[in-house]
Amino acid sequence: MAAPVKVYGPPISTAVSRVLACLLEKEVDFQLRNVNMSRGEHKKPDFLKIQPFGQVPAFEDESISLFESRAISRYVCEKYANQGNKGLYGTTPLEKASIDQWLEAEGQSFNPPSSSLVFQLAFAPRMKLKQDEQLIRQSKDKLAKVLDIYDSRLGQTQFLAGEDFTLADLSHLPNTQYLMNATDGKELFTSRSNVARWWAEISSRDSWKKVVDMRKPPSS
Amino acid sequence: MAAAKLYGAVESAETMRALVSLYEHDLEFEFIPIDLKAGEHKRQPCLSLNPFGEVPVFQDGDMVIFESRAIMRCISFIYPKPGKEHIFMEPKMQGIVAGWIDVEDHQFDPLASKLRWELVYKPKNGLATDEALVAKMEAKLGLVLDIYEKRLEHSKYLGGCKFPSADLTHLPNLYYLMGTKVKRLFPSRPHVSTWCDEILSRPSWKKVVEMIEMAQL
Repeated sequence: MAAPVKVYGPPISTAVSRVLACLLEKEVDFQLRNVNMSRGEHKKPDFLKIQPFGQVPAFEDESISLFESRAISRYVCEKYANQGNKGLYGTTPLEKASIDQWLEAEGQSFNPPSSSLVFQLAFAPRMKLKQDEQLIRQSKDKLAKVLDIYDSRLGQTQFLAGEDFTLADLSHLPNTQYLMNATDGKELFTSRSNVARWWAEISSRDSWKKVVDMRKPPSS
Repeated sequence: MAAAKLYGAVESAETMRALVSLYEHDLEFEFIPIDLKAGEHKRQPCLSLNPFGEVPVFQDGDMVIFESRAIMRCISFIYPKPGKEHIFMEPKMQGIVAGWIDVEDHQFDPLASKLRWELVYKPKNGLATDEALVAKMEAKLGLVLDIYEKRLEHSKYLGGCKFPSADLTHLPNLYYLMGTKVKRLFPSRPHVSTWCDEILSRPSWKKVVEMIEMAQL
């Protein structure tokens, strides 16, 4: 019988890969349905029914549909609490509060400059678009300040929310993966020893390695 | 035992968000005003509470939490009011709430914040409003509100059948926008209009407004 959980969207999308990493950590079976964005599939009525903002990922589990990758990840952790990585979203209210705080920090402080850099350094060259040098400089400056805070935090704790790997760390995987493969972006992470140590740990998790594999184009 | 503390600035939308959550849950707390103009939030002791140098920060015993939406989630999870919870225990229903909290964050707030900056902050501080930008942001906000209108046709609140965090989190920006010409987006969207009126008249929000008004004196 086909898995009831369906994720819609291309795995090269950072938001889609965030959800995939979470599902793999929680050992939840799922079907991945591609959405052909170059053909505008994400703006068609059938897709808008499950994601009214016309963005990826969209997500279905039995009778409901959800959107927003971090909200989907929280849902997966709560619905499938007793399987896979049980501590991914914490097991006590205090743990959850700390994870939520660093998830918000990722969304509010880390994501904007890192997303700009992912587009400029990883996507724009592949799309043959001219890079915006000023935006790259500004985004690097902003991201550097955020990573200074992370480096200090990761000098006190093993992972962002505490001593265990959680959703807060996972949420950083997609953007950082692209930046570590871009010549200019890598240095921001490798030059900060605690951040570098943290990245090596979180990116070597089996779940993330599987997502990275899913993003590779099929070999000819 | 010492009461909980909220460090913040009444003029900050993020602080307002945390305040209304505290009032909704009838929690005793002490408000510690932080002088943003003097840069207090970027210095110690604030930096040891929030290394990002921002407000609000919520402190309850040993627990210190920053980021307004994390504070909001934490309060509704740790201090639910029986019968008036802001969260659903059932994962699917809570998943829907979580989705709409992020919609406010990623779809509504960026536009509403820019409009607030252009139409409220700039005039107050003698700066010229960029009308072309306002027109662009207003048009985009209209599209977002169209999606809200569809959702509210079938659901009393964005998050579901009871007033949850996903609706509460809109209050600060809605309050400001209603004092600008952007309020003209609402009457043509009857469900959004009704929803807006209802949540803005909640007693907890009125307490926050009172704090804002007193601070202007």
